[in-house]
Amino acid sequence: MSKKVAFLQGNEAAAQGALYAGCNFFGGYPITPSTEVAEVMSIELPKIGGKFIQMEDEIGAMAAILGAALAGSKVLTSTSGPGLSLKQELIGYGCIAEIPCVIYNVMRGGPSTGMPTGPSQSDVMCAKWGTHGDHPAICLTPASVQETYEEVIRAFNLSEKYRTPVMVMPDEIVAHMRERIVFPEPGEIEVVPRKSPTVPPEQYKPYDTSFGDVPPLASFGSGYKFHVTGLNKMQDGFPTTKAEIVQAEEERQVRKVDANVDDIVTFEEYLLDDADVVVVAYGSTSRSARYAVNVAREQGIKAGMFRIKTFWPFPDKQIKALASKVKGIVIPEMNLGMCSLELERCAQGKVPVLGIFRVDGEPINPDQILEKIKEVK
Amino acid sequence: MAFDYDKWIRPGKLPHIWCPGCGHGIVMKGLIRAMETLKLKKEETAVVSGIGCASRLPGYIDCCTLHTAHGRAAAFATGVKMAKPEMNVILVGGDGDGTAIGGNHFIHACRRNIDMTYIIMNNYIYGMTGGQFSPCTPTGHKASTTPYGNPDPGFDIAKLAIGAGATFVARGTAFHANQIDKLIVEAIQHKGFSVVEILDDCPTTYGRRNKYKSVIEMMNRLKEVAVPVKAAEKMTAEQLQGKVLTGVLYRDDTKPEYTAEYAKVIERASAAK
Repeated sequence: MSKKVAFLQGNEAAAQGALYAGCNFFGGYPITPSTEVAEVMSIELPKIGGKFIQMEDEIGAMAAILGAALAGSKVLTSTSGPGLSLKQELIGYGCIAEIPCVIYNVMRGGPSTGMPTGPSQSDVMCAKWGTHGDHPAICLTPASVQETYEEVIRAFNLSEKYRTPVMVMPDEIVAHMRERIVFPEPGEIEVVPRKSPTVPPEQYKPYDTSFGDVPPLASFGSGYKFHVTGLNKMQDGFPTTKAEIVQAEEERQVRKVDANVDDIVTFEEYLLDDADVVVVAYGSTSRSARYAVNVAREQGIKAGMFRIKTFWPFPDKQIKALASKVKGIVIPEMNLGMCSLELERCAQGKVPVLGIFRVDGEPINPDQILEKIKEVK
Repeated sequence: MAFDYDKWIRPGKLPHIWCPGCGHGIVMKGLIRAMETLKLKKEETAVVSGIGCASRLPGYIDCCTLHTAHGRAAAFATGVKMAKPEMNVILVGGDGDGTAIGGNHFIHACRRNIDMTYIIMNNYIYGMTGGQFSPCTPTGHKASTTPYGNPDPGFDIAKLAIGAGATFVARGTAFHANQIDKLIVEAIQHKGFSVVEILDDCPTTYGRRNKYKSVIEMMNRLKEVAVPVKAAEKMTAEQLQGKVLTGVLYRDDTKPEYTAEYAKVIERASAAK
């Protein structure tokens, strides 16, 4: 039987991916250029008995999905830059209270209202450092409509597996372009269920580390009663200021991601075996980079591409290995050098990191990248 | 036989954080009596709060409890209620949390008429941070950030709730302790968004700056200003000067409840499929 195909926009694919992953609650607020996700969810969720709610503001939308997640739902919100700034307060809540949720953020120009319809990649640092305090961060940066669909599913899986908020951040080009998409059959892509408690209610503790770094999460209304707070907490969920407990809990929350980098980090290597120059790229920019690498090869330059699919945690290990192999790294990105900083950190001065930074709302074209590839000596 | 509050209190979680003379404990006991009267199931009841002294209440109550971020209780609770409409959802918090930083979530919960009960402990001040003026601090009164007297006019929480679309609005005081549970019982039984404002006191950060010599004096003020709505009907405007109405102030049983309306959305969408 042939698979179902469609011609979809990135945002529409994101909504479809969420439904495949079992999302049954969406809380949102209208914002360009991500609103189509909310529109599709408002149509599709009630058909399957799911819930869609348009909240009074971005913070309220984030609060509603966290509340619904604690009541057992698989939850999604979608937004863009200004909304991401507002949501940061409660993204931190999701991190400390360890509530699975997916935040789909379309990157547009900023700061502030910036360029609502222009593409950008300038939210990548906000994804890791936007909310205050030490916390885990997982952020995926898809480069096509198909990949947006699949990465939203993976985001749900990671949020359940590690009991933490996960962000999917396409740039506006990926979110709004239309491409052919092939839908997987039910069961073809794994969907990770929430780890529910196995102990009876009276023994349940929401942060019980005897079950490992990711303790099972019960839901309200399922026979379990427990306390959830945004304060530093003990294993039973109640607040504490005891130094040794706070230190251990904070370290565990971050370790959930840090100790599982190999499970989380994904990337694509393109013509890297013999490459002298590596273009590191993510999102729509990688599409120009691939073209530039192909042209460079035709001209006899040994260029290759390392495409970041998981932006956070950053692929430190892979970039460090590349830095020992190549003569130079080229990084095109639609910001003033955010990924570039991470690459310099990983390259440790072994090779030059040459950036192409655009924040004018125009995509980076292959010619610009090719030119930079040729600067590597 | 004395009422058994311990049944609803989490073992080992007392003493509470509230200062001597604070009325929050009186409200908590009222809530517990109401929950007992209604025979609410602990596992089917969520108590949700924001941040502040009053918002510490859920930590003491033995059911599903959610201590959210400052001002966000109504929005978190909306998510809980939408996901599990069969649950009883009760919100608790203070005046600053609910009407300043949480004001937007508050009015929209009223507008939706989602079936939850919001108990606002109005002590006219931000107590936890040390006594800054709130949207409910009376004009002219002193707070740590209004050393020359408060220039701001205050909110009337009940009017705000009625204007925003809440369908059950009541007011009590921490002095009239025996009325609190009765108002909360009615509020929880009401199908829609219900608001119970309890006029409270904060001797520590409000009373001492505003010439209340003792807790008793603050409690006596609550006793004196409160006029039951029924009694008020027979009073002149002059007699009602400076008074505050208590009891059930507003009730509308005709406005559709939000989760029931969304159930209809599900029906329509399923039929369209």
